[in-house]
Amino acid sequence: MAEKVLEIRDLHVTFDTPSGPLEAVRGIDLDVSSGELLGVVGESGSGKSVTFLATMGLLPARARVTGSVMLSGQQLIGASAKQLRSVRGRLLSMIFQDPLSALNPVHRIGDQIGEMLRSHQNLSTHEAAKRAIELLDIVGIPQPSDRARQYPHEFSGGMRQRVVIAIAIANNPKVLIADEPTTALDVTVQAQILEVIERVQERFGTAVVLITHDLGVIARVADRVNVMYAGRNVEQGTIDSLFDHPSHPYTRGLLASLPRPGKQRLKPITGFPPNMLNPPSGCAFHTRCEYAGDICKGELPNLVSFGDLETACVRARELPKSESFA
Amino acid sequence: MSENLLSVTNLVKNFELRVNNGARRKKRIVQAVTNVSFHVGRGQTLGLVGESGSGKTTVGRCILRLIEPTSGTVEFEGQDLGALNFEELRALRRKMQIVFQDPFASLDPKMTIGASISEPLIVQNVPGDHTDKVIELLELVGLSADHAQRFPHEFSGGQRQRIGVARALALNPALIVLDEPVSALDVSIQAGVINLFEDLQARLGMSYIFIAHDLSVVRHIADRVAVMYLGKIVEIGEQQDVYEHPTHPYTKALLSAVPLPDPKTERSRHRIMLEGDVPSPVNPPSGCRFRTRCWKAQDVCAQEEPMLTIRPSGQMSACHFPES
Ligand SMILES: Nc1ncnc2c1ncn2[C@@H]1O[C@H](COP(=O)(O)OP(=O)(O)O)[C@@H](O)[C@H]1O
Ligand SMILES: Nc1ncnc2c1ncn2[C@@H]1O[C@H](COP(=O)(O)OP(=O)(O)O)[C@@H](O)[C@H]1O
Ligand code: SF4
Ligand code: SF4
Ligand SMILES: [Mg+2]
Ligand SMILES: [Mg+2]
Repeated sequence: MAEKVLEIRDLHVTFDTPSGPLEAVRGIDLDVSSGELLGVVGESGSGKSVTFLATMGLLPARARVTGSVMLSGQQLIGASAKQLRSVRGRLLSMIFQDPLSALNPVHRIGDQIGEMLRSHQNLSTHEAAKRAIELLDIVGIPQPSDRARQYPHEFSGGMRQRVVIAIAIANNPKVLIADEPTTALDVTVQAQILEVIERVQERFGTAVVLITHDLGVIARVADRVNVMYAGRNVEQGTIDSLFDHPSHPYTRGLLASLPRPGKQRLKPITGFPPNMLNPPSGCAFHTRCEYAGDICKGELPNLVSFGDLETACVRARELPKSESFA
Repeated sequence: MSENLLSVTNLVKNFELRVNNGARRKKRIVQAVTNVSFHVGRGQTLGLVGESGSGKTTVGRCILRLIEPTSGTVEFEGQDLGALNFEELRALRRKMQIVFQDPFASLDPKMTIGASISEPLIVQNVPGDHTDKVIELLELVGLSADHAQRFPHEFSGGQRQRIGVARALALNPALIVLDEPVSALDVSIQAGVINLFEDLQARLGMSYIFIAHDLSVVRHIADRVAVMYLGKIVEIGEQQDVYEHPTHPYTKALLSAVPLPDPKTERSRHRIMLEGDVPSPVNPPSGCRFRTRCWKAQDVCAQEEPMLTIRPSGQMSACHFPES
């Protein structure tokens, strides 16, 4: 059994906003093991980014975070700023949609990687520079020793994302969190970046959390998937189980709404995602769920094992069998 | 065969870029669209796909004369748009509308939805009170009469896109250019808007040019599809032919790069990995513009520009060594 490196339990995040408290994450439980690629999928606003920004300790101070985040046995919730700085970039790294925001425009690429190396390891400048070139090579940047001397603006979008990955994996972290890393990229470049991420995961045994809204990306690279809705984890399991027999009505709805070859009519999910300032009671999906009954408005469903999936739906056992999307 | 509503022939659009390079001022030409030709039948949907910067939006804007083409002709209902005077162009323009990706940006936050929808009617001097027309349009796009009094911020992304569509429909256009109309929407919402486009076309018979980088969406909605690379059409034909038997190496690579929401298919697929990025349209490669990323490129690809040629599977592609 692979080692569980990240264990999130009952994570809640509340923002104080001018319109009142907004609970963006409402009790998330999640595990990631070394060498595993966990996909996290859900509509915009479902709390994907906030969950992992909380994990990284990167939320603004006005965010109230409760629950537990254990990284290789170390509790991160309530950890000091100093402890978090020592963890970030060494044990836990995160990359984002926009690589430019993560790079310093006035420093050479090689120096930026070197700086990340030296902040956590005892290396000479020369050793760090050499290692930076190796890292650029690992993420597939041609002529790495020339490229190391260049600045971020001299790189294309796809190449910048590779540089950001090189920085993120410089200290061989246990967990790499990638938040929509390919959303801004063209599809041929996306394919390249996904390949780099898979290569890193396989070569170094890194646990990867890949946040995306694209179920195609999940089907291509993930081992397991976690479906989020309104700040909750509504379903999780292996990709084969989830695509073959999704159980939660929201997962079914997502899969059925996608265009597939053949001209069958698309099936949208009715309504729209909830306003998180005032989420629906009970199961937040009840305002859009075709199977919703009175019981759904009262109870907040928790994840329960259902076959080979874990599903948070009080009616999971009564629902008709889902169509297969595999 | 349906009659052609729109014919575009050898469309070219170059943008002049002034680069300040210290003391020297240089002029650079961005070859955004080069010799693009296609037609759109009445009641038909042409999908326009290609990566960002390939010239899709520029084609759309040239057709509506939102920008002047550098050269080439655009014929709409048999009339050459370039030969029309201002008044004639204005009259024809009401039959052509465009809907953009960002439903937020295309609506005035201070105007009620009703006012936004009736604005094109007022601009085009359509006489009378437009209340009934606005209600009819709102209902047509799946909204209701009481939405007319509300403001854009009261609506979700999907609803705003429906409002944009209602506005485009106000003047009964024969052609709507849909420029990434669902790209900003979540998938579950996207499906409803795509269904709306299909329903409206079935009911009102207009043609669409559907621009998108999402190839699965275009496959679903388009009758014919044109694939653009660096300002040129590299392959064009019936949707089924292009998707099932791509003959241009770029089309093949593009299709194989699209992740499909099915793990079994994903595991068994052969993927073509393209190297590098799209070159700059300021100085595109000679001959075939795709040659710097093409795994089949030979010397001839740098010397001779491949012409669009009809292939056995029915579509046309521009390649010296087409896939079969
Ligand atoms: N800094 C913040 N202050 C207030 N609300 C926030 C902040 N960041 C995110 N939110 C809210 O939290 C919810 C979840 O956001 P997010 O995690 O970014 O969603 P996702 O990544 O799934 O699209 C949304 O309703 C969003 O508006
Ligand atoms: N107004 C403009 N001035 C200069 N270059 C432009 C202008 N509009 C578009 N371009 C350039 O033309 C090319 C095609 O752009 P566009 O038609 O927007 O592509 P697409 O819609 O396929 O992403 C790009 O290289 C873009 O930078
Ligand atoms: S708990 Fe009820 S509303 Fe929620 S998903 Fe299940 S059936 Fe639907
Ligand atoms: S013409 Fe040559 S370079 Fe261009 S696509 Fe065909 S084989 Fe490739
Ligand atoms: Mg996010
Ligand atoms: Mg565009």
